[in-house]
Amino acid sequence: MKRVTLIDYGLSNLLSVQRAFEHFGAKVEIARSPAAVLGAQALVLPGVGAFRDGMAGLEQLGLTVPIRQKAAAGTPLLGICLGMQMLFDESEEFGRWQGLGLIPGRVVKLPERNAAGGLQRVPQVGWNGLLPPQGKTDFADSLLRAVRPGGEVYFVHSYEAKPARPQDRLAEVLYGGRRVCAAARSGSVTGCQFHPEKSGEVGLSIIRQFLEDGEG
Amino acid sequence: MAKAEKIRLIARLEVKNDQLVKGVQLEGLRKLGDPHDFARAYYEAGIDEILYLDIVASLYERNNLSQIVRRTTGDVFIPITVGGGLRSVEDVHKILQQGADKAAINTAAIKDPSIITRVAEAYGSQCMVLSIQAKRRRDGSGWEAYYDNGREHSGLDAVEWAKRGVALGAGEILLTSVDSEGLGRGMDRELIRAVAGAVNVPVIAAGGAAGPEDVALAAEDGACAVALSSLLHYKRMGVGQLKAALAARGVGVRR
Repeated sequence: MKRVTLIDYGLSNLLSVQRAFEHFGAKVEIARSPAAVLGAQALVLPGVGAFRDGMAGLEQLGLTVPIRQKAAAGTPLLGICLGMQMLFDESEEFGRWQGLGLIPGRVVKLPERNAAGGLQRVPQVGWNGLLPPQGKTDFADSLLRAVRPGGEVYFVHSYEAKPARPQDRLAEVLYGGRRVCAAARSGSVTGCQFHPEKSGEVGLSIIRQFLEDGEG
Repeated sequence: MAKAEKIRLIARLEVKNDQLVKGVQLEGLRKLGDPHDFARAYYEAGIDEILYLDIVASLYERNNLSQIVRRTTGDVFIPITVGGGLRSVEDVHKILQQGADKAAINTAAIKDPSIITRVAEAYGSQCMVLSIQAKRRRDGSGWEAYYDNGREHSGLDAVEWAKRGVALGAGEILLTSVDSEGLGRGMDRELIRAVAGAVNVPVIAAGGAAGPEDVALAAEDGACAVALSSLLHYKRMGVGQLKAALAARGVGVRR
């Protein structure tokens, strides 16, 4: 594909994501209009910040319908961090907010207590190792297939996605003794809770896979 | 709060104009080269984060790191923290636009602590790193927070200031021991213990790390990360070598 469209709805620093794709020779376009989204070969939805602000940003630019149309048509779509969370049905951040509904499930606050009942840090900030979901041993047939189980990536988040269907869970991490969804997928739509663009070689392998898969 | 399972290693690059510099106790600077070249080499060797500090910015009242950060995002794909002379939410916004992930603030927070809350509300507490330059009081009654590279004293108790900073929204503390900084004779363990024990956010210990031993001790004392400068810049030890030595001691590191 080598052409990728980053959706800019005013909430994120696009530069780091852009640089990571350019690292592999991709031509990066920035989309702020429905037409630009509809013309994309592959879409990336980055994002940092609050869920409701993110959805409001997409609504204001009229991008939610075009994004859903593209996903329905099988266009590769990668959501990163808040962009991953917005792929789900709804979030409980500051009330209840509707998401894009591309992966069934909800987004909830990370618990303040770990599995042993002690206090844990929220947000999760830092490196953590990706684990295949229960019943699997690797990340075959996904954007994460070059990642070895335990490969570490960089997280910054206070909310976690809870996919409704077990088969949509692509990767997990252990946080406070609990398994937290780190990546999810439904059809051509993949979401990463972590930042592949800030996760060294492991993260770059996912970026490269996204570019290569779109070419076929 | 449970201790970190893995210690993060951060390359601390102090920048004056376009040059990587290194001093002793934040004074007597030596020029070492292009900061971006050092950052890239550390990234390739497996460092976990980059910390750029513009050490003359608060004198000139502006941060000159934008161009360096922008270049760094082109080939360094790990988190980048920027500090030095950030005085407003607008300054933080600009540096994030250049690809930085976090802002480290010292002087401006001492002058007006409300900036901590304003940055945390605008970009999240994980983005707001409170930088504290702590110097031991001569009478042995703890540490005082300094600013302008350890030149000006604030009258604030460093531990109390850390607690207040976290209450105001700081998501991380960059704790530099001015007394130990640049000497390579070990870190101020009591300081690390005092601050890490007082706050529930990650503490990045800085100043004096001479090798894996000091990093391991800092982890034991409650630091989640250690910022390294002389040790790396003068090539006393490589990142890979350091990580291997830590792992051999049973200290978790990212591999």
